[in-house]
Amino acid sequence: MYLGQVIGTVVAERRIEGLEGHKLLLVQPLDEDERPSGAKQVAVDTVQAGPGDLVVLVGSREAALALEPSFVPVDAAIVGLIDDLQRTDVG
Amino acid sequence: MRLCRVIGTVVATRHHPTYDGRKLLLVRPETPDGSKAADAFIAVDRVQAGPGDRVLVLTEGNGVRQLLGADSGPIRSIVAGIIDDLDTPAPRGRAPG
Repeated sequence: MYLGQVIGTVVAERRIEGLEGHKLLLVQPLDEDERPSGAKQVAVDTVQAGPGDLVVLVGSREAALALEPSFVPVDAAIVGLIDDLQRTDVG
Repeated sequence: MRLCRVIGTVVATRHHPTYDGRKLLLVRPETPDGSKAADAFIAVDRVQAGPGDRVLVLTEGNGVRQLLGADSGPIRSIVAGIIDDLDTPAPRGRAPG
């Protein structure tokens, strides 16, 4: 899983079967200092996140499991809304 | 498994049901000598690890499903061990000549 920030919403009227009714958000993956890390991506939302929120993302096959019982064809999902992120200075 | 250092904790009160009661840690991949090897990511803690600990992290779905069983759901990374000691002796070279 990895950190990310929601930076927008995606509207796609015509979608493949299984994706209907799920909210899609544009997210920017972040590193440990909350700086952008890698390309922006579209993720399916499971926690009612919104723009500006810091979130927990899961990728690959596990993302498809986020919307069980249906195995929805996505490769990134938002599975947590972060309230608190504590960094420890370990050098 | 990846060699990582726990560099923080993550609290996400609103989460996917699979994450109920699970502690999330921010872990950063390290080289054996302790320098950063890649950007940090988030893993579920299974060994009561804490900030500063050097840990073993499973980062691939199949092992995670073995640990969590059928209800592993959308979890991909798990802290599976705390490293007490890491010994990296110099590779034994072939004798010259």
